[in-house]
Amino acid sequence: MATKASRSAARLMISPAVLLLLGWMLVPLCLTIYFSFLRYNLLQIGETPFAGWENYYWFVTDPSFNAAIKNTLVLVGGVLAITTIGGLFAAILLDRPMFGTGIIRIMVIAPFFVMPTVSALVWKNMFMNPVNGIFGRIATSLGFQPIDFFGQIPLASIIMIVSWTWLPFATLILLTALQSLDQEQLEAAEMDGAGWWSRFWFIMLPHLARAITVVILIQTIFLLSIFAEILVTTNGGPGTATTNLTYLIYVSSLLQFDVGMGSAGGVIAIILANIVAIFLMRMIGKNLDA
Amino acid sequence: MGQIQLKQISKSFGDVEVIPPLDLHIEDGEFVVFVGPSGCGKSTLLRLIAGLEDVTSGSIKIDGNDATATPPAKRGLAMVFQSYALYPHMSVRKNIAFPLKMAKMDQGEIDKRVTDAAGVLNLTDYIDRRPSQLSGGQRQRVAIGRAIVREPAAFLFDEPLSNLDAALRVGMRLEISELHKRLDTTMIYVTHDQVEAMTMADKIVVLQSGVIEQVGSPLELYQAPRNKFVAGFIGSPKMNFIEDAEAQKHGAHAIGIRPEHIEVGDSGPWKGVVGVAEHLGSDTFFHIHDTGLADPLTVRASGEVAFSYGDTIHLTPREDRIHRFDERGMRIA
Ligand SMILES: Nc1ncnc2c1ncn2[C@@H]1O[C@H](COP(=O)(O)OP(=O)(O)OP(=O)(O)O)[C@@H](O)[C@H]1O
Ligand SMILES: [Mg+2]
Repeated sequence: MATKASRSAARLMISPAVLLLLGWMLVPLCLTIYFSFLRYNLLQIGETPFAGWENYYWFVTDPSFNAAIKNTLVLVGGVLAITTIGGLFAAILLDRPMFGTGIIRIMVIAPFFVMPTVSALVWKNMFMNPVNGIFGRIATSLGFQPIDFFGQIPLASIIMIVSWTWLPFATLILLTALQSLDQEQLEAAEMDGAGWWSRFWFIMLPHLARAITVVILIQTIFLLSIFAEILVTTNGGPGTATTNLTYLIYVSSLLQFDVGMGSAGGVIAIILANIVAIFLMRMIGKNLDA
Repeated sequence: MGQIQLKQISKSFGDVEVIPPLDLHIEDGEFVVFVGPSGCGKSTLLRLIAGLEDVTSGSIKIDGNDATATPPAKRGLAMVFQSYALYPHMSVRKNIAFPLKMAKMDQGEIDKRVTDAAGVLNLTDYIDRRPSQLSGGQRQRVAIGRAIVREPAAFLFDEPLSNLDAALRVGMRLEISELHKRLDTTMIYVTHDQVEAMTMADKIVVLQSGVIEQVGSPLELYQAPRNKFVAGFIGSPKMNFIEDAEAQKHGAHAIGIRPEHIEVGDSGPWKGVVGVAEHLGSDTFFHIHDTGLADPLTVRASGEVAFSYGDTIHLTPREDRIHRFDERGMRIA
């Protein structure tokens, strides 16, 4: 888009899409903000008086709030760490020519197509159940005490389930990026005396920086709103051990029927997501325009 | 030191034998050019020497030591790739310094060598730029810089000039030749351009389908090609090949005569009609038709000779410059 004319034409052409998206985003956003300032409880029919900052105050001072923030960050951070590092590892392995690459790739990507509820239930009942689950069976047969995953390490278990879903995504993006690396660069580095580790550190990793950024950004956006996995496995418990922000909002609005409070939580979640996004963009965004 | 000896080395990819067993001896300080048509195995041969591919059989000796199983980094060779293979996220300085950094040289020495190399290659003004901000010729020089700082036993070039425009190619050709004179290090240079081969080489290795057709100095190859393939490949424009009656007169299956060894005039044993004339200023190449010998017959005349399309022309070949070949295409001495 070099000329002025083509640039304004381009703007004109995409404006319907932009307007649609804007409406799509703005209407629910405005409604949420509006509700968040009302005393609006579905159990009290009738009046929905203006409540000022009351909803926000109660939401933030609720003891579960701190736990939810902490859990959200641990969940996002844990899954990101596992999927990016694991994805890198898997991508490097899959990049080598080997027998049956096509089938292996399909198998690797498969978990991404399993619905979160289904995968969480499969994990909960078939793998992590201390009595009937595979892990429990293995532990028992080896003479160990089986771990009660959702009782003893609930957050770690959920991180594991979510990582299982997202690892293929990271692997696939990183693999594609890795395949676009010019082989001659690696050969040149090899001639220059770089060992495997140096080639990885000085050639592959910089080449992958952009792809890693994309993986982290996209995953963060989705991971902030993890919900189904928690609902079907732990219901946010024990206590608040696995309650993240999304789950807390669900508890407020749909278990306590407090629409005003839930909306306030929603607005806080939006603000938090934006802070994280800006932070991430700042931190790694320089890779995107390099 | 940079003496390289290939003994009966061969290379197969799966069932396909790309290079049948061959022997080659490269002296220290020599400028050797591998030349041949596309797909003949030049790059493969170079990569075997570099160690980027494993030989299927045979042995490679560098400076008398067996290097067949030595990894590329330990062979003491430096390679310049056709795509330059610069590291895109590093500045010119870091690119050139990379091999030294990998060799764990101390920073002072690295800085000194990089500055020297940049000076030699006229890169000082661009030293902090990224490769993407350089022109093709500058990138080429960075790639060469990265090779020379290591002070390797030999340089390997794989068609380093093929991405450059014609004028730049001539310039870089000279620069590489000068570099060779100054460093006095063995260089192995792959190209499919016979002009590059002729102008730069001490020794030319002509390859066809992985087989060495002839090894020799540029003039040896020009004056006494061992077979029809070499005769046709070396020299521009190509040698004319004439078979049948005219060849029989010379007691050969086929004869070859270079365009520059045929004289044009108003009389002569051969006769034809002028087709396209390519005027280079100093010389003119005429394509002559209807000679009954070869169609077209190419002739080089000086730039002043004026014939136009459709003129009848007489030709006189220089008898002492006629090359004779037998049925198998081999030279008859
Ligand atoms: N990795 C490979 N696997 C299978 N065949 C290969 C491989 N690399 C090269 N070849 C084959 O080996 C032959 C020689 O290839 P090579 O790259 O050495 O040719 P070249 O002389 O360098 O040609 P060019 O002038 O086009 O670069 C070709 O027929 C090619 O198809
Ligand atoms: Mg090649």
